Amino acid sequence: MTEHMLTIDGQRIPFTEGQTIIEAATAAGVYIPHLCHNPEFKPHGSCKLCTVKVNGRNCSACTFPAADGQEVLNNTQELNETRRTITQMLFIEGNHFCPSCEKSGNCQLQAVGYYLNMLDAHFPFFYPSREVDASHHEVMLDRDRCILCELCVRASRDVDGKNVFALSGRGINSHLIVNSTTGKLKDTDISVDDKAVHVCPVGAILIKRKGFEVPIGERIYDGQDIGQVSLEHEMPIVEEAEHGR
Amino acid sequence: MPCTPSDMKTVADIVARHDADPTRLVQILRDVQSTFRHIPAAIMDRLAAQLSIDRAQVQAVTEFYTFFSTEPRGRFDILISDSITDHMLGSREIAAYLCERLGVTPGQTRADGQVSVDFTSCTGMCEQGPAGLVNGYALTNLTRDRVERIVELVNDGTPVSQWPREFFVVKDNIHRADLVLGTKLQPGSALRWMFQRGLDSTLDEIAKSGLRGRGGAGFGTAMKWKFCREATGSTERFVVCNADEGEPGTFKDRVLLQSYAHQVFEGMTVCGAVIGARRGYLYLRGEYLYLHEPLNAVLAERRRAGLLGSNIIGRPDFEFDIEVRIGAGAYICGEESALIESMEGKRGVPRNRPPYPVTNGYLDQPTVVNNVETFAAAALIALKGGAWFSAAGTEKSKGTKILSIAGDCARPGIYEYPFGTTMAQILADCGGTGAMGLQIGGPSGIFIGAQEFERVLGFEDLPTGGSFMIFDQRRDVLEIVRNFTHFFAHESCGFCTPCRVGTSLLKNQLDKICAGHGGKADLAELTHISKLVRATSHCGLGQTAANPILSTLERFPEQYEQRLKAISFEPGFDLDGALEVARRMSGRDDAHAHLAQEA
Repeated sequence: MTEHMLTIDGQRIPFTEGQTIIEAATAAGVYIPHLCHNPEFKPHGSCKLCTVKVNGRNCSACTFPAADGQEVLNNTQELNETRRTITQMLFIEGNHFCPSCEKSGNCQLQAVGYYLNMLDAHFPFFYPSREVDASHHEVMLDRDRCILCELCVRASRDVDGKNVFALSGRGINSHLIVNSTTGKLKDTDISVDDKAVHVCPVGAILIKRKGFEVPIGERIYDGQDIGQVSLEHEMPIVEEAEHGR
Repeated sequence: MPCTPSDMKTVADIVARHDADPTRLVQILRDVQSTFRHIPAAIMDRLAAQLSIDRAQVQAVTEFYTFFSTEPRGRFDILISDSITDHMLGSREIAAYLCERLGVTPGQTRADGQVSVDFTSCTGMCEQGPAGLVNGYALTNLTRDRVERIVELVNDGTPVSQWPREFFVVKDNIHRADLVLGTKLQPGSALRWMFQRGLDSTLDEIAKSGLRGRGGAGFGTAMKWKFCREATGSTERFVVCNADEGEPGTFKDRVLLQSYAHQVFEGMTVCGAVIGARRGYLYLRGEYLYLHEPLNAVLAERRRAGLLGSNIIGRPDFEFDIEVRIGAGAYICGEESALIESMEGKRGVPRNRPPYPVTNGYLDQPTVVNNVETFAAAALIALKGGAWFSAAGTEKSKGTKILSIAGDCARPGIYEYPFGTTMAQILADCGGTGAMGLQIGGPSGIFIGAQEFERVLGFEDLPTGGSFMIFDQRRDVLEIVRNFTHFFAHESCGFCTPCRVGTSLLKNQLDKICAGHGGKADLAELTHISKLVRATSHCGLGQTAANPILSTLERFPEQYEQRLKAISFEPGFDLDGALEVARRMSGRDDAHAHLAQEA
């Protein structure tokens, strides 16, 4: 078997047929910032944080297939500025109050903000009016923090086999809905062990009565940046997927 | 709204009429909306059960398309086209007058449930506006006199089917015909020629013609058909005609479907034979509902004539049929993969590519999606050969292009030109010689100024899906750009961050500048957001949404600068506007409840 190669920021990266750019990068220990991507699920490509330049053209690294000879730019000032702006967009379209959020320190949106040296929200906040669903006895949904990544949608559909979540509406009015007659979580068969409850990168889906179990200061991104954490967590997943191919 | 047993019977009948086929969800919801004037929650439950799909899917689709609503709309549901060309013909004044006479607020149903009035994206009647829709049917040439009549008809409860026919007349207005509009096609003649010549050589002729997609992107038609034909591992192949003509200012497909439907269907049938498809679909934009019955009549005629169905023109090996599916108010569905999603009964969200529709299209099968005009041209090429077509046009843009010309000119309407024709020639022909600027290719295209009128129509210079809007000296460039920018923010599907958030930011930023609250930094910010939205969006909508801003900033910077304040920084929020909630809560609106912003 001949080895396939592409380059990321000049570094030669091997890949196997069928891998996306982000999978090849992760396997090689190169972090590409991302939020809607999680190697356990079908690539989605909506947050656009993983935008890289492939032979001069912008592509989403999480959905774009790796190919021989691709010259990929990733960790450049221009791309990181673009990513910072996209992160700011995600902050201002929702209602994110980090100091009072249970996910603070474990939140990928916040961690990506730090990683990209985001010092303010830059844009005027939209302050949307979004519904909180605390109807379920174990799981709560705070749409204020939802970044519409559809990870819960994918997890519930593809892993839990329950289809509890879906995206509805259009444009800036897009929102997460719950698949029940009342639209409430209490009327679904979601359970606290479901994958969908554990994949939210932000604090939109939380488990009740677990608040602040880990104190601030000892949380995932308090000591390490998201680049390190992401690679440590995702590299084995990508490798395992590779063996299964 | 509680639903009675008889309502549920009605719903069951609608579902049965659509064979309980979940891919027909948009069609089913259209019928529910027109029967109940909205999609009540109880009916969503029922539809989910009867179609064996998630309730969330029914809700998500309902909330995606603008022609569906979860609150009852009026028994007479009137929408006024918000295209810039309608504005220029006085649509906003007409709408205000209509609302005043009917006693309604735009967007709200009148208390007696009789009528609602709202605005909608371009309805494709740009040269015969101000235009609108009543219960989905196109209204043209709205005047104050017509508004008076409409008010009477609404208040008397006269069913739309009994309204004066002249309200609904849609003219073709063809002013210049060339290869495609000027060649009469005998139904069936292209099919006969194709079989005489052979399928392979028919595809060769399409290739020789140099025909490229007429929707705007310009992908080689023969190449697309070839890829689809050669796609492996499929159970079936599909032909889809993209008749979701949503680009504001475009109405040439409307004319092709109204007066050249045989030619379009014949082109689809040729494609079906070439790629080996048995089923074709025409996805008609919801705004063209008035064409649905006539198109079905043409399809029935073709079946009777042995040009559709099985045993086509006596060939037992060739079976092909066409079904019309209708959209429900979503510009994004003109993007081919979003269109396919919509045809599958989903929200119109563009897919990730690769894979492309030619290998993984409708129902994940190889699918050719082509524009109406592409199929109309393909039918003629199958009949007359590739050289006949490629003789016209330029090196890279063969053949002719049909333009929809609207705006400030003496003779708006349909003009077919060989590629390579100059803007100046086109303007002279349609009586638009006083033009200050042109928007070529609709809001997603570019805005050019008078010094560029020697530029030519073609993929190598000025490509267009058909939209050609003319603006004279009286027009305010920023108002035009504002109209387009609001349009994109309204039509963004919401899938990717840069387009979902960025189009709203652009809208707000431009509104701020137009309202006289912008400083120099705001202009830099506008450029910055524009470039980001263009560079990082998921599909063509987002990638082109900032074109109106970027192309006018480049050509008319003084128009923007005139609106700026002398200071370099102006707060992002409006101090007085920020008090609005407090004013509402306290019920106050006196002078002390307002804050003046320092000028």
